[in-house]
Amino acid sequence: MVLQALRIALRSLKVNKLRTALTMLGIMIGVAAVIAMVSVGAGAQARVAEQIQSLGSNLIIALSGSSNAAGVRLGQGSQLTITEEDAAAIAREVPAVQVAAPSSRGNAQVVYGNLNWSTGIQGVTAEYFEARDWPVEVGRPVLQEDVDGATKVALLGQTTALNLFGDADPIGQIIRIKKVPFTVVGLLSRKGQNSWGQDQDDVILVPLSTAKKKVLGVSQANARSVGSISIKVRAGEDMTDAEAQIRELLRQRHRLQPYQDDDFWLRNLSEVLQTQEESSKVMTYLLAAIASVSLLVGGIGIMNIMLVSVTERTREIGLRMAVGARARDILTQFLVEAVTLSLIGGVIGILLGVGGSNAISALAEWRTVLAPSAIVLAFGFSAAIGIFFGFYPARKASRLDPIEALRYE
Amino acid sequence: MAIIATEDLGKDYHLGPHTVHALRGVSVSIEPGEFVAVMGPSGSGKSTFMNLLGCLDRPTAGRYWLDGEDVARLSRDQLASVRNAKIGFVFQMFNLLARTSALENVELPLLYGGISARERRQRARARLEAVGLAEREHHHPSQLSGGQQQRVAIARALVNDPAVILADEPTGNLDTRTSVEILALLQRLNRQGLTIVLVTHEPDIATYAGRRLVFRDGRLRTDEQVTPIDAADVLKTLPEEEEAVV
Repeated sequence: MVLQALRIALRSLKVNKLRTALTMLGIMIGVAAVIAMVSVGAGAQARVAEQIQSLGSNLIIALSGSSNAAGVRLGQGSQLTITEEDAAAIAREVPAVQVAAPSSRGNAQVVYGNLNWSTGIQGVTAEYFEARDWPVEVGRPVLQEDVDGATKVALLGQTTALNLFGDADPIGQIIRIKKVPFTVVGLLSRKGQNSWGQDQDDVILVPLSTAKKKVLGVSQANARSVGSISIKVRAGEDMTDAEAQIRELLRQRHRLQPYQDDDFWLRNLSEVLQTQEESSKVMTYLLAAIASVSLLVGGIGIMNIMLVSVTERTREIGLRMAVGARARDILTQFLVEAVTLSLIGGVIGILLGVGGSNAISALAEWRTVLAPSAIVLAFGFSAAIGIFFGFYPARKASRLDPIEALRYE
Repeated sequence: MAIIATEDLGKDYHLGPHTVHALRGVSVSIEPGEFVAVMGPSGSGKSTFMNLLGCLDRPTAGRYWLDGEDVARLSRDQLASVRNAKIGFVFQMFNLLARTSALENVELPLLYGGISARERRQRARARLEAVGLAEREHHHPSQLSGGQQQRVAIARALVNDPAVILADEPTGNLDTRTSVEILALLQRLNRQGLTIVLVTHEPDIATYAGRRLVFRDGRLRTDEQVTPIDAADVLKTLPEEEEAVV
């Protein structure tokens, strides 16, 4: 019976091709919009998730705080309050910490041959690579001997390598940082942008000791002080607890009284990113909700056309009833017609949506992610719309009085 | 046993505070193989009577046996099944489905009778052949003349082997010659044993039936046997217009 109803439905949809196409258009646009929007939203989410991955999902950064000398407060990092010993103490005394890597950063002009490039110089220790989940692509990392011996070796970030060497192999070449020659021993893997859009690959890593002596200069207050410590918390440990313990330890080591503010900053970056992920999720829902409105409008279009169709075909309904169609036969026929209309529209809409999402990623260079669940959902949703908006007209048809219907002009 | 038997059949309509007595107790019995003409002016109750006979409506009083079954108190869906199995309708406006072939139009009642596709096709073909339209089975109604359309409608009415054919002004939209052709077809089917009830307001048309029921003011006023005119004879006296297939 349903198969028969499907044949009748297809025939009656063929009769009014333009009307059928226009009605389907509503559903098509709705479904396509939902799929495209959800894929854009999912793309944004995937990007944030990737950033979390690239940053290291369980990274806490301790930064030197502001000095507060005789009531004059200077900005963050104005005084290098944290030291290499702090880093060692954190690694040693906070059990949740896997590794703590001290580092200092500055900017310098780097020269190779007739090319030069201004970039960040990061003085690091051997632990830095583990703390930042940052493998070396070619060559070797900074080793403990480099730090101990203050060797003049450098690792290039991808962006820096590109700007100084182009496509040529930088390994073994000599570059000059503030006129000091350094041997390039390694090329870092690509890290991408961080969450606020800064290029993390525009950097040169050198041994921390070398950086202090040759590039950044030694702090007058404390030769062992550093700009920041990258702390990697063990997987499965609670970040908030770990942060509290580190804070407690640093306050102790810096001999801060309870009434004194911290002279350092702790940044739990994954939290920032999780907030961003949360907001991109909200954006996805919002986009889907807006797109759903057009799906709803498409559904109302179906209902409208089905009502017109029922009125136009009143005599046909009367005849079918006269020759033996029961109420549910008529109901099935019109319901199947509405669902067919919305499903065909839905399928075309899915194709359009997939195409649209690919076009967005190709033209706008936005990342889009096509979730199969979104496609299945859109398909199911368009079927549901067919049933929901087709039911009222179909019921109206099935309740017609055969005598009235046969007489209808 | 009578194929149609009614006993004090009545139908009241309630229009606001007024009650319209459309039919005020009609008792009639029609035997198998009869060709009955139902006549009467508009408002006489003949349409109401036909709707009740056709199981399209339910009486408010009295009883009605169709082919031995008491159908006066059946539900809407049960009535649909009775219509499907026992009654063949022929309408003034033909009421064929547009953009649907003659064959599929004839198949329609079988569709709701749950008959297999192959048997539907076979039976529909046989009926189209019986009304002389075998070679037009793939034509759509718009490609057929009025007389041909009514023949398709008659084939559709016959396809379920109904107990009775109810024809409501079947010639109302046809010219004289085509009308007589249709009546000749009905007479032929009647001679083969089919029971036919024909509603008409034209006395001319009623002369082709063997029994005449005249309604007035909701009551059956006249019930008389008459000698019918043979439509085939009349046809010979009419000038030839188009191909006459009887």
